Amino acid sequence: MKGAEILLDCFKKEKVEIIFGYPGGAVLDIFDLLYKSDIKYILTRHEQGAAHAADGYARATGKTGVCIATSGPGATNLVTGIATAYMDSVPMVAITGQVPTRMIGNDAFQEADITGITRPITKHNYLVKDVDELPHILKEAFYIANSGRPGPVLVDIPKDIQNAVTRKKYPDRVDIRSYKPTYEGHLRQIKKSAELIAKAKKPLIYAGGGVIISGGSREMTKLARKMKIPVTTTLLGLGSFPGTDPLSLGMLGMHGTKYANLAIQSADLLIAIGARFDDRVTGKISEFAPHAKIIHIDIDPTSIRKNVNVDVPVVGDVKKVLVELNKCVKAGKTESWVKKIAEWKKKYPLKYAKKGMLKPQFVVEKIWELTKGDAIIVTEVGQNQMWAAQFYNYINPRTYISSGGLGTMGYGLPAAMGAQVGCPDKLVFDIAGDGSIQMNIQELTTCVLNKLPINIIILNNGCLGMVRQWQELFYGGRYSSTVLNTKGPHGKKGITYCKDGKCHSYLPDFIKAAEAFGADGIRVTKESEVIPALKKAIKSKNTSVLEFIVKPEENVFPMVAAGASLSEMIESMA
Amino acid sequence: MKHTISVLVENKAGVLARIAGLFSARGFNIDSLAVGETQDPSISRMTIVVKGDNAVVEQVCKQLNKLIDVIKVQDFMGKDFVGRELILVKVSVDGKTRHEVLQIVEIFRAKIIDIKTKSMTIEVTGNDLKVNAIFDMLRPFGIKELSRTGRIAIARG
Ligand SMILES: Cc1ncc(C[n+]2csc(CCOP(=O)(O)OP(=O)(O)O)c2C)c(N)n1
Repeated sequence: MKGAEILLDCFKKEKVEIIFGYPGGAVLDIFDLLYKSDIKYILTRHEQGAAHAADGYARATGKTGVCIATSGPGATNLVTGIATAYMDSVPMVAITGQVPTRMIGNDAFQEADITGITRPITKHNYLVKDVDELPHILKEAFYIANSGRPGPVLVDIPKDIQNAVTRKKYPDRVDIRSYKPTYEGHLRQIKKSAELIAKAKKPLIYAGGGVIISGGSREMTKLARKMKIPVTTTLLGLGSFPGTDPLSLGMLGMHGTKYANLAIQSADLLIAIGARFDDRVTGKISEFAPHAKIIHIDIDPTSIRKNVNVDVPVVGDVKKVLVELNKCVKAGKTESWVKKIAEWKKKYPLKYAKKGMLKPQFVVEKIWELTKGDAIIVTEVGQNQMWAAQFYNYINPRTYISSGGLGTMGYGLPAAMGAQVGCPDKLVFDIAGDGSIQMNIQELTTCVLNKLPINIIILNNGCLGMVRQWQELFYGGRYSSTVLNTKGPHGKKGITYCKDGKCHSYLPDFIKAAEAFGADGIRVTKESEVIPALKKAIKSKNTSVLEFIVKPEENVFPMVAAGASLSEMIESMA
Repeated sequence: MKHTISVLVENKAGVLARIAGLFSARGFNIDSLAVGETQDPSISRMTIVVKGDNAVVEQVCKQLNKLIDVIKVQDFMGKDFVGRELILVKVSVDGKTRHEVLQIVEIFRAKIIDIKTKSMTIEVTGNDLKVNAIFDMLRPFGIKELSRTGRIAIARG
């Protein structure tokens, strides 16, 4: 078989359902074969869109996402998408074309050293120099991407290799002597964990994205409910434990709930599961969970003791470890702790002032009221991402999809597209800011053409809200380069755009843009219009863009300033 | 703290760049790095000498282990190991100093590998102490060139 045929054979054998890609000179042979095959593929409108779409598909389904791009600019356009997937441990295989082997290193047309460029942002990558190696490289790529701690793997295939012929077959199995992830937790460590849990009076589970990746949500929920242990999650852990459960504390950290952060600061035992003690979670690390012993369960040994000292490390697959732990664990006396937490939840709920202009939080609450957790919420980055995390209850894993580690603006729309492809029967929303949505807005075309009925919720505050919030709080209100609408928040002067004697304060006109791309567009400015607009979008089979003109200077609270202790929460503007 | 780290890796293109990348991304300067095949030609051993805070080096070692092409990582810090280095040093000599230099070479059991009227090239093998000591003795004569392999190491027993 030819190299390109091996690749398609690999897609079939790996049961790849969908490929997101963009063609070019160095991948013509692959696209030619795709044209003739029955493998489904979607032409995005930007390679970054293809990478994020593969990522969104992977997060929504747990399967490996696949994207293809040509050499040079095609490959470099994947970079942000690959880095995003890497930071959040998303299984992905990226295939890039490369200039012919003999031209590599000669600054050939559209040559970029993409394996060099992506070395620090891939779990592994390959430059294929010999077609005989292609079958096992592809097998390894798929295996590595979705085993252990998942991540993106890039395979760079020179054009001559795509056309070279090999007798080697696609292998059934792989064995990589230098790659043996630890799945089974050490029983002694699990017993030690159980002992700490039995003794704890104020235990707290801190759950991260790893719980969802391992499929361990059910086991963790069982542990929490049986042992009466409250649960707080990271941004990517949302959905690992039902947000409506009385034991749920929602999210912790920089924009976490006050009760979650209070609980962290008072707990006597912290059970960190599939989480990595990120700085947005811990705040000032030396003052994080000062009274707690720490159990840390994670598949990646490098996550353990990276940022904090741990009393009982357990290296292994979260689900497998929890199954064992659930067998031997006994409950401690946590009644008064659980009661205390219920009091905190009552005393310090998430809140916002309802007066004045339409509030972004209100919009998110209404999406919750209409869907009650039965939807996939994808987000962009910024305030929109935080409000989506705070004002919606995630009940099931894989229902909150967001770029946590890298914080990539422009992630949401293409990722929502991928999620909808992976879950055609689910209702999918992209909660967006007016800044982020413009970073990959071209993918509206892809959504419309592929009949993906996703609902894009633009919370239009006329500014780069999250950055503006930092400027308001820490930079004397100097809104340097954060004003997007033409008036500027709070009447401060922005750029004026006048045409035909009419001055517009919002640019672009998202409704016209939506329509130009073939999507439905609805603009909402009043509370009373929110539910009808959402209902209309949900009913529509077309891609919908809902623009909500919301209060420009609304802030996300509570907030822990970068580097401050979780005990120092800012709860509102002074 | 100076750490001597021994890394067994797949003998493949790109592996060195991956390993070096982990150090350079943290702004670590590698003191020395020596690579060569092991008894199994598909496996290479890299010996890396690096200065760094113990906790940071421990983290780097874990991350080295995480690289797909890395088979085994060993930090010799606090362990029983033998470390050796080979250096080639070209020293200026003339009729008057040649004899003195020859004496030093003899005392240190080094080897002369090339002699010209104005210079002498000496090969020295040994641990840090020995290599540094002979180098200090030769320095006053004028060092024209120096080339070192960097440390290679192996555990005792
Ligand atoms: C690609 C990229 N560039 C810059 C940033 C820095 N950044 C973080 S949040 C933010 C503002 C986002 O604005 P918008 O999308 O309008 O969302 P809002 O915060 O207003 O909800 C910016 C610029 C980023 N996260 N990603």
